[in-house]
Amino acid sequence: MTSESKTTPIANYHGSESVLELRDVSICYSGNPAVQNVSLNIFKYNVTSIIGPSGCGKSTLLRSLNRMNDFIADVTIEGSIKFDGVELTGKEIDPVLLRRRVGMVFQKPNPFPKSIYKNIAWGPGINGYEGSMDDLVEHSLVQAALWDEVKDRLQDSALSLSGGQQQRLCIARALAMAPDVLLMDEPCSALDPISTSRIEDLIFALKSKYTIVIVTHNMQQAARISDYTAFMESGKLVEFDITNQIFTNPTEKRTEEYVTGRFG
Amino acid sequence: MSISIKSYYPNEELALRIRHRKAVYFSRFCALVTWLGVALLAVLFYQIAVDGYMWLDFQFLSSFPSRFPYKAGIKSALVGTLWLITMLTFIAIPLGVSTALYLEEFSKDGRIHRLISLNISNLAGVPSIVYGIIGLAVFVRGLELERSLVSGALTMSLLILPVIIIASREAIKSVPDGIRNAAYALGATPWQTAWSHILPASFPGILTGVILSLSRAIGETAPLIMIGALTYVAFLPEGPMDSFTTLPIQIYNWISRPQEEFHQLAAAAIIVLLTVLLTMNAGAIYIRHKTEQRLK
Repeated sequence: MTSESKTTPIANYHGSESVLELRDVSICYSGNPAVQNVSLNIFKYNVTSIIGPSGCGKSTLLRSLNRMNDFIADVTIEGSIKFDGVELTGKEIDPVLLRRRVGMVFQKPNPFPKSIYKNIAWGPGINGYEGSMDDLVEHSLVQAALWDEVKDRLQDSALSLSGGQQQRLCIARALAMAPDVLLMDEPCSALDPISTSRIEDLIFALKSKYTIVIVTHNMQQAARISDYTAFMESGKLVEFDITNQIFTNPTEKRTEEYVTGRFG
Repeated sequence: MSISIKSYYPNEELALRIRHRKAVYFSRFCALVTWLGVALLAVLFYQIAVDGYMWLDFQFLSSFPSRFPYKAGIKSALVGTLWLITMLTFIAIPLGVSTALYLEEFSKDGRIHRLISLNISNLAGVPSIVYGIIGLAVFVRGLELERSLVSGALTMSLLILPVIIIASREAIKSVPDGIRNAAYALGATPWQTAWSHILPASFPGILTGVILSLSRAIGETAPLIMIGALTYVAFLPEGPMDSFTTLPIQIYNWISRPQEEFHQLAAAAIIVLLTVLLTMNAGAIYIRHKTEQRLK
């Protein structure tokens, strides 16, 4: 089994261009490989989901896309990750600037222990935003479908919101930076089904303006919301294709076994 | 194949009774130990209050020390203590919190990092007289700062820095990583993350360490005697380069005199010292409570 056929990227499938291009990416923690030789493209204005069993390296791969792995001691990255043609792994790019353009939403809602308003306004503020902050806060909250619930209590603590509201606040906070790409690391795993479906609707609405990469171990979720799906196992990319293909007619046997629920 | 697990619990009811009883005994023991501490403190307070209350008046607060007990007061000692606290606040807190922030947020884990951490922990256990000797050698003689408030404040800073650093590090460590991740993912620099999120979130914990260490500094006598703080001061320090005395030194001085009246004066001075301490702590607890409310 060579990895050639499996990892061949789909070239401009919908005629859309690639925002991120990963080539032979390997990531090691203290010498232990977590991701091995992954090559794939992330297409603009599409939702790409990364699925796979726990510990398969999908979160690690996601965190390499905005250099959040930099904060973990003893991480080494090999291969090439290009963002708009610029190499991410080297010294050419300032990770602070990169993270401003590639936003991230985490597994557990992590609002700042400050007011709802400040949660949104802080990021643009430190990055030198010069427009009307009130408008930006409203715009971001509207986009995250949270405005109606919080418009009368913007000065309340963000921690007074429910878990689902907090996660939408975190999405609004990321959107306020107008990122090119939004990375989501299992954004619904700590939420109840109703909150989850609201966030799924939100992701669907957002993809007209943003490129979204979502890690999930919920296969139905990947099938519902994503255009492309990557299936990973033990740090390797088993298959990457348009979502419909992965779920109805996968090339690899392991993919079929996983998406039909026979393991994982 | 079936095993009868139940048969392995022959005396379940008896065992349960014993377990409950043990729980009751232990909680009673804990309550006893707690109240023992409180009771001891109350007895001490009472003793001091009885000895000293009749000497407590405005004259006591506003007079310089004297060899006549009814003329003696703590003006210079009280002012010296307040000077020392203020200078300590400005020297030790910025140094301590910055060090903690550097060690927790900015420095890479490595041999030097571990060496520094280990040494700070060790320094917290060094007897205070040793700091007095260092202060005498380095500040009083080496830097020729003489027996001044600056020497005293610098020596005391050395003494309380380890405690401030350790407490601040624990407070910074307890800030959830989610907050750091959130800030970095928005394109914040490490400094912006630390200033806007890590410090405010760890502020209550840092404040606790600061209160504890300042309280310790207020009560310390040995290092100040070592660096030559005076025991008889009939003037007020007007600047950081003036010589000074503090309440514990004044108390120590009075206690070591033979006359009964001076022992009672010492008790009165202890009441003042405790009042200063409790006021400071109350203020700090109030600020901490306010911040915690705001963070919720």
